[in-house]
Amino acid sequence: MATRSRSLTCTRAWICAETFSMPAFGSKGFTRLIKTLLWPLCLAPLLWLGLGAFELLGFNLGANPVEKLLHELGKWGLKFLLLTLAITPLRYWTGWHWLVTFRRLLGLFAFFYLFLHFLVYIVLDRYLDFSGLLEDIVERPYITLGMTGLLLLLPLALTSTRGWMRRLGRRWKKLHRLVYASAILGVWHFYWQVKLDTLEATVYALILAALLLARIVHSRRKAARIQVRSETLLPEDSGGAPLRR
Amino acid sequence: MLIRKAPQIKSSEITSEADYLDRRSFLAKAGLAAAGLAGASPVIAAVASDPGASGRVLENVSESPLSLDEAPNSWRDVTTYNNFYEFGTGKEDPSRYAGSLVTRPWQVKVSGECDQPGDYNLEDILSPHALEERVYRLRCVEAWSMVIPWVGFPLADLLKRFQPNSDARFVRFRTLYDPGQMPGQRRRILDWPYVEGLTIEEAMNPLAFMAVGVYGRELPNQNGAPMRLVVPWKYGFKSIKTINAIHFTRTRPRTSWEASAPREYGFYANVNPNVDHPRWSQASERIIGSGLFAPRRKTEMFNGYAEQVAHLYQGLDLRRNF
Repeated sequence: MATRSRSLTCTRAWICAETFSMPAFGSKGFTRLIKTLLWPLCLAPLLWLGLGAFELLGFNLGANPVEKLLHELGKWGLKFLLLTLAITPLRYWTGWHWLVTFRRLLGLFAFFYLFLHFLVYIVLDRYLDFSGLLEDIVERPYITLGMTGLLLLLPLALTSTRGWMRRLGRRWKKLHRLVYASAILGVWHFYWQVKLDTLEATVYALILAALLLARIVHSRRKAARIQVRSETLLPEDSGGAPLRR
Repeated sequence: MLIRKAPQIKSSEITSEADYLDRRSFLAKAGLAAAGLAGASPVIAAVASDPGASGRVLENVSESPLSLDEAPNSWRDVTTYNNFYEFGTGKEDPSRYAGSLVTRPWQVKVSGECDQPGDYNLEDILSPHALEERVYRLRCVEAWSMVIPWVGFPLADLLKRFQPNSDARFVRFRTLYDPGQMPGQRRRILDWPYVEGLTIEEAMNPLAFMAVGVYGRELPNQNGAPMRLVVPWKYGFKSIKTINAIHFTRTRPRTSWEASAPREYGFYANVNPNVDHPRWSQASERIIGSGLFAPRRKTEMFNGYAEQVAHLYQGLDLRRNF
Protein backbone atom coordinates (compact mmCIF):
# COMPACT_ATOMS: atom_id res chain seq x y z
CA MET A 1 0.00 0.00 0.00
CA ALA A 2 2.71 2.40 1.04
CA THR A 3 4.73 1.91 -2.09
CA ARG A 4 1.67 2.35 -4.24
CA SER A 5 0.70 5.73 -2.78
CA ARG A 6 4.31 6.87 -3.07
CA SER A 7 4.39 6.03 -6.71
CA LEU A 8 1.17 8.04 -7.18
CA THR A 9 2.58 11.17 -5.62
CA CYS A 10 5.70 10.74 -7.68
CA THR A 11 3.66 10.51 -10.84
CA ARG A 12 1.68 13.57 -9.85
CA ALA A 13 4.85 15.50 -9.15
CA TRP A 14 6.21 14.44 -12.49
CA ILE A 15 3.03 15.48 -14.31
CA CYS A 16 3.00 18.82 -12.53
CA ALA A 17 6.61 19.47 -13.29
CA GLU A 18 6.00 18.67 -16.93
CA THR A 19 2.86 20.83 -17.24
CA PHE A 20 3.91 23.88 -15.35
CA SER A 21 7.44 24.35 -16.55
CA MET A 22 7.13 27.44 -18.73
CA PRO A 23 7.95 26.49 -22.30
CA ALA A 24 10.55 28.61 -24.06
CA PHE A 25 9.22 31.79 -25.73
CA GLY A 26 8.13 31.02 -29.27
CA SER A 27 8.62 27.28 -28.94
CA LYS A 28 6.02 24.75 -30.02
CA GLY A 29 4.98 24.13 -26.41
CA PHE A 30 4.65 27.86 -25.93
CA THR A 31 2.26 28.34 -28.85
CA ARG A 32 0.27 25.31 -27.68
CA LEU A 33 -0.08 26.89 -24.23
CA ILE A 34 -1.19 30.22 -25.69
CA LYS A 35 -3.69 28.43 -27.90
CA THR A 36 -5.15 26.67 -24.85
CA LEU A 37 -5.54 30.01 -23.13
CA LEU A 38 -6.93 31.62 -26.28
CA TRP A 39 -9.90 29.28 -26.57
CA PRO A 40 -11.68 30.35 -23.36
CA LEU A 41 -10.82 33.98 -24.11
CA CYS A 42 -12.41 33.73 -27.55
CA LEU A 43 -15.50 32.05 -26.09
CA ALA A 44 -15.88 34.56 -23.22
CA PRO A 45 -18.02 37.06 -25.22
CA LEU A 46 -20.37 34.24 -26.19
CA LEU A 47 -20.64 33.08 -22.59
CA TRP A 48 -21.38 36.65 -21.46
CA LEU A 49 -24.06 37.10 -24.13
CA GLY A 50 -25.52 33.66 -23.43
CA LEU A 51 -25.83 34.38 -19.71
CA GLY A 52 -27.41 37.72 -20.54
CA ALA A 53 -29.83 36.22 -23.07
CA PHE A 54 -31.20 33.81 -20.47
CA GLU A 55 -30.78 36.28 -17.58
CA LEU A 56 -28.53 33.97 -15.58
CA LEU A 57 -26.17 34.92 -12.73
CA GLY A 58 -27.45 38.49 -12.73
CA PHE A 59 -26.51 39.14 -16.36
CA ASN A 60 -29.03 40.66 -18.74
CA LEU A 61 -29.16 42.30 -22.15
CA GLY A 62 -31.29 45.31 -21.19
CA ALA A 63 -34.65 46.41 -22.54
CA ASN A 64 -33.99 45.37 -26.14
CA PRO A 65 -32.15 42.03 -25.94
CA VAL A 66 -32.46 41.20 -29.65
CA GLU A 67 -30.81 44.43 -30.69
CA LYS A 68 -28.11 44.04 -28.03
CA LEU A 69 -27.34 40.47 -29.10
CA LEU A 70 -27.30 41.45 -32.76
CA HIS A 71 -24.97 44.40 -32.25
CA GLU A 72 -22.61 42.67 -29.83
CA LEU A 73 -22.21 39.55 -32.00
CA GLY A 74 -21.53 41.73 -35.03
CA LYS A 75 -18.97 43.84 -33.23
CA TRP A 76 -17.20 40.80 -31.74
CA GLY A 77 -17.06 39.26 -35.19
CA LEU A 78 -15.42 42.39 -36.56
CA LYS A 79 -13.01 42.55 -33.61
CA PHE A 80 -11.87 38.98 -34.33
CA LEU A 81 -11.58 39.79 -38.02
CA LEU A 82 -9.36 42.79 -37.23
CA LEU A 83 -7.29 40.65 -34.83
CA THR A 84 -6.84 38.08 -37.58
CA LEU A 85 -5.67 40.79 -39.94
CA ALA A 86 -3.30 42.15 -37.28
CA ILE A 87 -1.30 38.93 -37.10
CA THR A 88 0.73 39.44 -40.27
CA PRO A 89 1.80 43.07 -39.62
CA LEU A 90 2.62 42.12 -36.03
CA ARG A 91 4.85 39.33 -37.32
CA TYR A 92 6.79 41.76 -39.49
CA TRP A 93 7.29 44.29 -36.75
CA THR A 94 8.14 41.95 -33.91
CA GLY A 95 9.73 39.10 -35.79
CA TRP A 96 7.53 36.72 -33.77
CA HIS A 97 6.65 34.45 -36.64
CA TRP A 98 5.01 31.92 -34.34
CA LEU A 99 2.06 34.34 -34.15
CA VAL A 100 0.86 32.87 -37.44
CA THR A 101 -0.21 29.69 -35.60
CA PHE A 102 -3.15 31.63 -34.07
CA ARG A 103 -4.37 33.18 -37.28
CA ARG A 104 -6.68 30.35 -38.31
CA LEU A 105 -8.17 30.12 -34.81
CA LEU A 106 -8.93 33.85 -34.72
CA GLY A 107 -10.26 33.85 -38.27
CA LEU A 108 -12.60 30.97 -37.54
CA PHE A 109 -13.87 32.71 -34.41
CA ALA A 110 -14.53 35.82 -36.52
CA PHE A 111 -16.60 33.71 -38.89
CA PHE A 112 -18.32 32.00 -35.94
CA TYR A 113 -19.43 35.30 -34.35
CA LEU A 114 -20.48 36.84 -37.66
CA PHE A 115 -22.47 33.74 -38.54
CA LEU A 116 -24.23 33.93 -35.15
CA HIS A 117 -24.89 37.62 -35.87
CA PHE A 118 -26.54 36.56 -39.13
CA LEU A 119 -28.56 33.82 -37.38
CA VAL A 120 -29.85 36.23 -34.72
CA TYR A 121 -30.82 38.60 -37.51
CA ILE A 122 -32.86 36.08 -39.51
CA VAL A 123 -34.31 34.07 -36.62
CA LEU A 124 -34.83 36.48 -33.70
CA ASP A 125 -35.04 39.82 -35.48
CA ARG A 126 -36.75 38.94 -38.77
CA TYR A 127 -38.53 35.93 -37.29
CA LEU A 128 -37.77 33.81 -40.39
CA ASP A 129 -39.89 36.11 -42.55
CA PHE A 130 -38.05 35.29 -45.75
CA SER A 131 -39.91 37.71 -48.02
CA GLY A 132 -38.98 40.59 -45.70
CA LEU A 133 -35.48 39.19 -45.54
CA LEU A 134 -35.11 39.19 -49.32
CA GLU A 135 -36.42 42.75 -49.46
CA ASP A 136 -33.89 43.75 -46.80
CA ILE A 137 -30.98 42.20 -48.68
CA VAL A 138 -31.94 43.82 -51.97
CA GLU A 139 -33.18 47.21 -50.77
CA ARG A 140 -31.05 47.99 -47.74
CA PRO A 141 -27.52 48.64 -48.98
CA TYR A 142 -25.95 48.16 -45.56
CA ILE A 143 -27.53 44.72 -45.29
CA THR A 144 -26.37 43.87 -48.82
CA LEU A 145 -22.84 44.82 -47.76
CA GLY A 146 -22.95 42.77 -44.58
CA MET A 147 -24.40 39.73 -46.32
CA THR A 148 -21.76 39.89 -49.06
CA GLY A 149 -19.02 40.25 -46.49
CA LEU A 150 -20.19 37.15 -44.64
CA LEU A 151 -20.64 35.20 -47.87
CA LEU A 152 -17.04 35.97 -48.83
CA LEU A 153 -15.87 34.51 -45.51
CA LEU A 154 -17.68 31.23 -46.08
CA PRO A 155 -15.21 29.69 -48.60
CA LEU A 156 -12.35 30.86 -46.39
CA ALA A 157 -13.77 29.07 -43.37
CA LEU A 158 -14.40 25.92 -45.45
CA THR A 159 -10.88 25.85 -46.90
CA SER A 160 -9.12 26.67 -43.65
CA THR A 161 -8.05 23.06 -43.07
CA ARG A 162 -4.58 21.69 -43.75
CA GLY A 163 -6.02 19.36 -46.37
CA TRP A 164 -7.52 22.22 -48.39
CA MET A 165 -4.35 24.25 -48.02
CA ARG A 166 -2.41 21.41 -49.57
CA ARG A 167 -4.98 20.77 -52.26
CA LEU A 168 -5.21 24.40 -53.36
CA GLY A 169 -1.49 25.08 -53.15
CA ARG A 170 -0.65 28.58 -54.39
CA ARG A 171 -4.29 29.30 -55.11
CA TRP A 172 -5.07 29.02 -51.38
CA LYS A 173 -3.24 32.27 -50.64
CA LYS A 174 -4.97 34.01 -53.52
CA LEU A 175 -8.39 32.80 -52.38
CA HIS A 176 -7.77 33.92 -48.82
CA ARG A 177 -7.07 37.46 -49.97
CA LEU A 178 -10.89 37.69 -50.01
CA VAL A 179 -10.58 38.42 -46.32
CA TYR A 180 -9.56 42.00 -47.15
CA ALA A 181 -12.74 42.59 -49.16
CA SER A 182 -14.82 40.93 -46.45
CA ALA A 183 -13.33 43.11 -43.71
CA ILE A 184 -13.89 46.28 -45.73
CA LEU A 185 -17.51 45.31 -46.40
CA GLY A 186 -18.05 44.36 -42.77
CA VAL A 187 -16.77 47.64 -41.36
CA TRP A 188 -18.63 49.57 -44.03
CA HIS A 189 -21.83 47.68 -43.06
CA PHE A 190 -21.25 48.69 -39.42
CA TYR A 191 -20.61 52.32 -40.34
CA TRP A 192 -23.62 52.59 -42.62
CA GLN A 193 -26.23 51.35 -40.15
CA VAL A 194 -25.27 53.81 -37.38
CA LYS A 195 -27.98 56.43 -36.92
CA LEU A 196 -25.80 59.40 -36.08
CA ASP A 197 -22.87 58.76 -33.77
CA THR A 198 -20.27 57.16 -36.03
CA LEU A 199 -17.39 57.39 -33.55
CA GLU A 200 -17.20 53.67 -32.73
CA ALA A 201 -17.50 52.56 -36.35
CA THR A 202 -14.84 55.13 -37.31
CA VAL A 203 -12.43 53.54 -34.83
CA TYR A 204 -12.95 50.15 -36.50
CA ALA A 205 -12.46 51.73 -39.93
CA LEU A 206 -9.23 53.45 -38.86
CA ILE A 207 -7.81 50.22 -37.41
CA LEU A 208 -8.67 48.36 -40.60
CA ALA A 209 -7.10 51.12 -42.71
CA ALA A 210 -3.93 50.98 -40.62
CA LEU A 211 -3.72 47.19 -40.96
CA LEU A 212 -4.17 47.33 -44.74
CA LEU A 213 -1.70 50.20 -45.04
CA ALA A 214 0.87 48.21 -43.07
CA ARG A 215 0.59 45.45 -45.66
CA ILE A 216 1.04 47.86 -48.57
CA VAL A 217 4.09 49.45 -46.95
CA HIS A 218 5.56 46.04 -46.24
CA SER A 219 5.06 44.69 -49.74
CA ARG A 220 6.54 47.88 -51.25
CA ARG A 221 9.62 47.52 -49.08
CA LYS A 222 9.92 43.87 -49.97
CA ALA A 223 9.62 44.69 -53.67
CA ALA A 224 12.29 47.38 -53.32
CA ARG A 225 14.57 44.91 -51.54
CA ILE A 226 14.11 42.36 -54.30
CA GLN A 227 14.75 45.05 -56.88
CA VAL A 228 18.02 46.01 -55.19
CA ARG A 229 19.06 42.39 -54.86
CA SER A 230 18.20 41.59 -58.45
CA GLU A 231 20.19 44.61 -59.66
CA THR A 232 23.24 43.55 -57.69
CA LEU A 233 22.85 40.00 -58.93
CA LEU A 234 22.53 41.08 -62.55
CA PRO A 235 25.70 40.38 -64.55
CA GLU A 236 27.05 43.60 -66.08
CA ASP A 237 26.90 42.45 -69.63
CA SER A 238 23.72 40.39 -69.54
CA GLY A 239 21.47 43.19 -70.82
CA GLY A 240 18.56 40.80 -70.57
CA ALA A 241 15.48 40.79 -68.40
CA PRO A 242 16.12 41.26 -64.69
CA LEU A 243 15.96 38.15 -62.59
CA ARG A 244 12.76 37.62 -60.79
CA ARG A 245 12.13 35.51 -57.80
CA MET B 1 -23.71 57.99 -11.07
CA LEU B 2 -26.66 57.86 -8.76
CA ILE B 3 -26.88 54.76 -6.63
CA ARG B 4 -30.18 54.51 -4.90
CA LYS B 5 -31.41 51.76 -2.65
CA ALA B 6 -34.37 50.07 -4.23
CA PRO B 7 -37.52 50.93 -2.27
CA GLN B 8 -38.72 48.17 -0.01
CA ILE B 9 -42.24 47.28 -0.98
CA LYS B 10 -44.31 44.62 0.69
CA SER B 11 -45.72 42.13 -1.76
CA SER B 12 -49.16 42.94 -0.31
CA GLU B 13 -48.80 46.47 -1.63
CA ILE B 14 -48.27 45.44 -5.23
CA THR B 15 -51.34 45.42 -7.39
CA SER B 16 -51.94 42.00 -8.85
CA GLU B 17 -51.79 41.79 -12.63
CA ALA B 18 -55.46 40.83 -12.86
CA ASP B 19 -56.50 43.87 -10.82
CA TYR B 20 -54.12 45.99 -12.80
CA LEU B 21 -55.53 44.90 -16.14
CA ASP B 22 -59.02 45.43 -14.77
CA ARG B 23 -58.14 48.87 -13.39
CA ARG B 24 -60.58 50.79 -15.53
CA SER B 25 -63.60 48.92 -14.23
CA PHE B 26 -62.13 49.25 -10.73
CA LEU B 27 -61.86 52.95 -11.28
CA ALA B 28 -65.41 53.19 -12.52
CA LYS B 29 -66.65 51.39 -9.42
CA ALA B 30 -64.45 53.44 -7.14
CA GLY B 31 -65.66 56.60 -8.84
CA LEU B 32 -69.29 55.62 -8.33
CA ALA B 33 -68.59 54.76 -4.71
CA ALA B 34 -66.77 58.05 -4.13
CA ALA B 35 -69.54 60.01 -5.80
CA GLY B 36 -72.09 58.26 -3.65
CA LEU B 37 -70.19 58.81 -0.43
CA ALA B 38 -68.68 62.24 -0.85
CA GLY B 39 -70.85 63.95 -3.39
CA ALA B 40 -68.86 65.74 -6.09
CA SER B 41 -65.34 65.10 -4.73
CA PRO B 42 -62.75 64.55 -7.48
CA VAL B 43 -62.14 60.99 -8.57
CA ILE B 44 -58.69 59.76 -7.65
CA ALA B 45 -57.78 57.57 -10.55
CA ALA B 46 -55.96 54.27 -10.38
CA VAL B 47 -53.00 55.44 -12.42
CA ALA B 48 -50.40 52.94 -13.55
CA SER B 49 -47.89 51.93 -10.91
CA ASP B 50 -44.75 49.83 -10.90
CA PRO B 51 -42.96 48.36 -7.87
CA GLY B 52 -39.66 49.65 -9.26
CA ALA B 53 -40.83 53.25 -9.66
CA SER B 54 -39.20 56.08 -7.74
CA GLY B 55 -39.56 59.86 -7.52
CA ARG B 56 -42.17 62.19 -6.12
CA VAL B 57 -45.74 60.90 -6.49
CA LEU B 58 -48.04 63.26 -8.42
CA GLU B 59 -51.39 63.88 -6.72
CA ASN B 60 -54.85 64.10 -8.25
CA VAL B 61 -54.14 62.44 -11.55
CA SER B 62 -57.22 61.53 -13.53
CA GLU B 63 -57.50 59.00 -16.32
CA SER B 64 -58.11 59.89 -19.93
CA PRO B 65 -60.36 58.30 -22.54
CA LEU B 66 -57.49 58.90 -24.99
CA SER B 67 -55.36 56.27 -23.22
CA LEU B 68 -54.55 52.94 -24.85
CA ASP B 69 -56.06 50.00 -23.05
CA GLU B 70 -52.75 48.14 -23.02
CA ALA B 71 -50.38 47.16 -20.23
CA PRO B 72 -47.50 49.63 -20.20
CA ASN B 73 -43.83 48.75 -20.33
CA SER B 74 -42.07 48.38 -17.01
CA TRP B 75 -40.65 51.39 -15.19
CA ARG B 76 -37.25 49.90 -15.88
CA ASP B 77 -37.78 49.74 -19.66
CA VAL B 78 -39.19 53.26 -19.71
CA THR B 79 -36.35 54.78 -17.66
CA THR B 80 -33.29 52.85 -18.89
CA TYR B 81 -33.85 52.58 -22.63
CA ASN B 82 -33.78 56.19 -23.81
CA ASN B 83 -32.62 58.27 -26.72
CA PHE B 84 -31.50 61.54 -25.16
CA TYR B 85 -28.24 62.39 -26.92
CA GLU B 86 -27.64 65.29 -24.53
CA PHE B 87 -26.48 62.58 -22.12
CA GLY B 88 -24.77 60.25 -24.61
CA THR B 89 -25.77 58.18 -27.62
CA GLY B 90 -26.01 54.81 -25.84
CA LYS B 91 -29.52 53.75 -24.82
CA GLU B 92 -28.46 53.44 -21.18
CA ASP B 93 -26.35 56.62 -21.12
CA PRO B 94 -29.25 58.93 -20.15
CA SER B 95 -30.19 56.81 -17.12
CA ARG B 96 -26.52 56.81 -16.08
CA TYR B 97 -25.62 60.44 -16.64
CA ALA B 98 -28.81 62.50 -16.37
CA GLY B 99 -28.30 62.88 -12.61
CA SER B 100 -26.25 66.01 -13.37
CA LEU B 101 -29.31 67.85 -14.69
CA VAL B 102 -30.83 70.39 -12.28
CA THR B 103 -34.52 71.01 -13.00
CA ARG B 104 -35.37 73.39 -10.11
CA PRO B 105 -35.65 76.32 -10.39
CA TRP B 106 -36.72 76.16 -14.04
CA GLN B 107 -37.81 78.85 -16.44
CA VAL B 108 -39.47 78.61 -19.81
CA LYS B 109 -39.06 81.45 -22.28
CA VAL B 110 -42.18 82.08 -24.33
CA SER B 111 -41.75 84.33 -27.37
CA GLY B 112 -42.85 85.12 -30.92
CA GLU B 113 -46.31 85.55 -32.36
CA CYS B 114 -48.34 85.60 -29.15
CA ASP B 115 -49.87 88.16 -26.78
CA GLN B 116 -48.45 86.77 -23.55
CA PRO B 117 -44.70 86.33 -24.13
CA GLY B 118 -42.31 86.25 -21.20
CA ASP B 119 -40.13 84.19 -18.91
CA TYR B 120 -42.36 81.89 -16.92
CA ASN B 121 -41.42 79.97 -13.80
CA LEU B 122 -42.17 76.28 -14.07
CA GLU B 123 -44.60 76.49 -11.15
CA ASP B 124 -46.60 79.18 -12.96
CA ILE B 125 -46.64 77.09 -16.13
CA LEU B 126 -47.92 74.00 -14.33
CA SER B 127 -50.24 75.34 -11.63
CA PRO B 128 -53.45 75.96 -13.63
CA HIS B 129 -53.43 72.50 -15.21
CA ALA B 130 -55.19 69.42 -13.88
CA LEU B 131 -53.01 66.38 -14.37
CA GLU B 132 -54.17 63.38 -16.34
CA GLU B 133 -52.65 60.08 -17.34
CA ARG B 134 -52.24 59.24 -21.01
CA VAL B 135 -51.12 55.76 -21.91
CA TYR B 136 -49.58 56.12 -25.36
CA ARG B 137 -47.49 53.97 -27.62
CA LEU B 138 -44.16 55.58 -28.39
CA ARG B 139 -42.86 54.54 -31.81
CA CYS B 140 -39.19 55.38 -32.34
CA VAL B 141 -37.83 56.07 -35.81
CA GLU B 142 -35.41 53.21 -35.07
CA ALA B 143 -38.34 50.77 -35.44
CA TRP B 144 -39.07 49.89 -31.82
CA SER B 145 -41.99 50.83 -29.60
CA MET B 146 -43.05 50.98 -25.95
CA VAL B 147 -46.30 51.71 -24.16
CA ILE B 148 -45.80 54.50 -21.63
CA PRO B 149 -48.19 55.88 -18.97
CA TRP B 150 -47.42 59.59 -19.18
CA VAL B 151 -48.80 62.17 -16.75
CA GLY B 152 -49.35 65.75 -17.87
CA PHE B 153 -51.87 67.97 -19.61
CA PRO B 154 -52.98 68.76 -23.18
CA LEU B 155 -50.46 70.90 -25.03
CA ALA B 156 -53.28 73.00 -26.46
CA ASP B 157 -54.38 74.07 -22.97
CA LEU B 158 -50.91 75.39 -22.26
CA LEU B 159 -50.37 77.12 -25.61
CA LYS B 160 -53.75 78.89 -25.48
CA ARG B 161 -52.69 80.62 -22.27
CA PHE B 162 -49.97 82.47 -24.20
CA GLN B 163 -52.61 83.67 -26.70
CA PRO B 164 -50.94 82.94 -30.03
CA ASN B 165 -51.98 85.43 -32.72
CA SER B 166 -53.09 84.71 -36.28
CA ASP B 167 -49.48 84.75 -37.52
CA ALA B 168 -48.58 81.85 -35.27
CA ARG B 169 -48.53 79.05 -37.85
CA PHE B 170 -45.84 76.95 -36.16
CA VAL B 171 -44.59 76.30 -32.64
CA ARG B 172 -40.90 75.76 -31.99
CA PHE B 173 -39.64 74.04 -28.85
CA ARG B 174 -36.10 74.09 -27.53
CA THR B 175 -34.20 71.89 -25.06
CA LEU B 176 -31.86 73.34 -22.45
CA TYR B 177 -28.34 73.96 -23.73
CA ASP B 178 -25.79 73.52 -20.94
CA PRO B 179 -22.83 71.21 -21.63
CA GLY B 180 -21.96 71.39 -17.92
CA GLN B 181 -25.18 69.61 -17.04
CA MET B 182 -25.58 67.75 -20.30
CA PRO B 183 -22.23 66.09 -21.08
CA GLY B 184 -23.43 64.79 -24.44
CA GLN B 185 -23.55 68.37 -25.73
CA ARG B 186 -19.74 68.58 -25.54
CA ARG B 187 -19.68 66.59 -28.76
CA ARG B 188 -21.29 68.30 -31.72
CA ILE B 189 -23.11 65.28 -33.08
CA LEU B 190 -26.23 67.46 -33.41
CA ASP B 191 -26.45 71.22 -33.78
CA TRP B 192 -27.25 71.99 -30.12
CA PRO B 193 -29.57 73.05 -28.63
CA TYR B 194 -32.10 70.44 -29.75
CA VAL B 195 -35.01 72.06 -31.58
CA GLU B 196 -38.36 70.57 -32.54
CA GLY B 197 -41.53 71.98 -34.01
CA LEU B 198 -45.17 71.40 -34.89
CA THR B 199 -47.70 73.17 -37.04
CA ILE B 200 -50.17 75.08 -34.89
CA GLU B 201 -52.91 72.64 -35.95
CA GLU B 202 -50.80 69.69 -34.81
CA ALA B 203 -49.99 71.42 -31.55
CA MET B 204 -53.67 72.11 -30.87
CA ASN B 205 -54.73 68.51 -31.55
CA PRO B 206 -56.10 66.90 -28.37
CA LEU B 207 -53.56 64.07 -28.60
CA ALA B 208 -50.55 66.42 -28.34
CA PHE B 209 -49.49 66.29 -24.73
CA MET B 210 -47.11 68.03 -22.37
CA ALA B 211 -45.80 65.43 -19.93
CA VAL B 212 -44.43 66.22 -16.49
CA GLY B 213 -44.58 62.69 -15.14
CA VAL B 214 -44.64 58.99 -15.87
CA TYR B 215 -46.08 56.09 -13.88
CA GLY B 216 -47.82 58.57 -11.55
CA ARG B 217 -44.53 60.17 -10.54
CA GLU B 218 -42.47 63.18 -11.56
CA LEU B 219 -40.49 62.61 -14.77
CA PRO B 220 -37.02 61.20 -14.18
CA ASN B 221 -34.34 63.40 -15.76
CA GLN B 222 -33.56 60.83 -18.48
CA ASN B 223 -37.17 61.02 -19.64
CA GLY B 224 -37.06 64.78 -20.14
CA ALA B 225 -37.69 66.45 -16.78
CA PRO B 226 -39.14 68.85 -15.90
CA MET B 227 -41.41 68.85 -18.94
CA ARG B 228 -41.43 67.27 -22.37
CA LEU B 229 -43.61 66.95 -25.39
CA VAL B 230 -45.42 63.72 -26.32
CA VAL B 231 -46.76 63.54 -29.88
CA PRO B 232 -47.91 59.93 -30.17
CA TRP B 233 -48.61 59.82 -33.93
CA LYS B 234 -45.08 60.97 -34.77
CA TYR B 235 -41.70 59.27 -34.39
CA GLY B 236 -40.22 59.66 -30.93
CA PHE B 237 -37.65 62.28 -31.84
CA LYS B 238 -40.45 64.84 -32.31
CA SER B 239 -41.31 64.50 -28.62
CA ILE B 240 -38.67 66.94 -27.43
CA LYS B 241 -37.43 66.68 -23.85
CA THR B 242 -36.40 69.11 -21.10
CA ILE B 243 -38.07 72.12 -22.74
CA ASN B 244 -36.98 75.62 -21.76
CA ALA B 245 -38.31 77.69 -24.67
CA ILE B 246 -41.50 77.89 -26.70
CA HIS B 247 -41.64 80.14 -29.74
CA PHE B 248 -44.61 80.92 -31.99
CA THR B 249 -43.56 81.62 -35.54
CA ARG B 250 -44.82 82.30 -39.03
CA THR B 251 -42.18 80.13 -40.71
CA ARG B 252 -41.52 76.44 -40.43
CA PRO B 253 -38.79 75.84 -37.85
CA ARG B 254 -35.60 74.02 -38.82
CA THR B 255 -35.65 71.01 -36.55
CA SER B 256 -32.50 69.28 -35.29
CA TRP B 257 -32.78 65.92 -37.04
CA GLU B 258 -33.98 67.46 -40.26
CA ALA B 259 -30.97 69.77 -40.20
CA SER B 260 -28.61 66.91 -39.46
CA ALA B 261 -29.83 64.52 -42.19
CA PRO B 262 -32.57 66.04 -44.37
CA ARG B 263 -32.78 62.94 -46.59
CA GLU B 264 -33.58 60.72 -43.63
CA TYR B 265 -35.63 62.85 -41.22
CA GLY B 266 -38.35 65.27 -42.18
CA PHE B 267 -40.26 67.98 -40.38
CA TYR B 268 -43.47 65.95 -40.17
CA ALA B 269 -41.99 62.58 -39.13
CA ASN B 270 -45.42 60.97 -38.92
CA VAL B 271 -45.33 57.26 -38.14
CA ASN B 272 -45.94 55.64 -41.52
CA PRO B 273 -45.36 51.95 -42.30
CA ASN B 274 -45.51 52.69 -46.05
CA VAL B 275 -42.66 55.19 -46.16
CA ASP B 276 -39.37 53.60 -45.20
CA HIS B 277 -36.40 55.30 -43.69
CA PRO B 278 -33.78 55.38 -46.49
CA ARG B 279 -31.72 52.80 -44.62
CA TRP B 280 -34.29 50.60 -42.91
CA SER B 281 -37.91 49.47 -43.13
CA GLN B 282 -40.65 51.13 -41.08
CA ALA B 283 -43.21 48.41 -41.80
CA SER B 284 -42.78 46.73 -38.43
CA GLU B 285 -41.40 47.45 -34.99
CA ARG B 286 -39.79 45.56 -32.14
CA ILE B 287 -41.80 45.74 -28.93
CA ILE B 288 -39.48 46.66 -26.09
CA GLY B 289 -39.88 44.35 -23.12
CA SER B 290 -41.22 41.45 -25.17
CA GLY B 291 -38.04 39.44 -24.70
CA LEU B 292 -35.77 37.54 -27.05
CA PHE B 293 -38.29 35.34 -28.79
CA ALA B 294 -41.21 37.65 -29.59
CA PRO B 295 -42.18 38.51 -33.16
CA ARG B 296 -42.20 42.08 -34.41
CA ARG B 297 -45.39 44.13 -34.43
CA LYS B 298 -46.86 45.58 -37.62
CA THR B 299 -46.52 49.35 -37.49
CA GLU B 300 -49.81 51.21 -37.82
CA MET B 301 -50.46 54.34 -39.86
CA PHE B 302 -49.98 57.38 -37.60
CA ASN B 303 -49.05 54.85 -34.90
CA GLY B 304 -52.70 53.84 -34.63
CA TYR B 305 -54.06 57.40 -34.30
CA ALA B 306 -55.16 57.87 -37.92
CA GLU B 307 -58.74 58.56 -36.90
CA GLN B 308 -57.72 61.55 -34.79
CA VAL B 309 -54.98 63.06 -36.96
CA ALA B 310 -55.24 61.93 -40.60
CA HIS B 311 -57.34 65.02 -41.45
CA LEU B 312 -54.38 67.26 -40.59
CA TYR B 313 -52.54 65.96 -43.63
CA GLN B 314 -55.23 65.91 -46.27
CA GLY B 315 -53.79 66.79 -49.66
CA LEU B 316 -50.25 66.42 -48.39
CA ASP B 317 -48.00 63.92 -50.17
CA LEU B 318 -46.73 61.95 -47.17
CA ARG B 319 -44.07 60.25 -49.27
CA ARG B 320 -42.42 63.58 -49.96
CA ASN B 321 -43.34 65.22 -46.68
CA PHE B 322 -42.01 62.38 -44.52
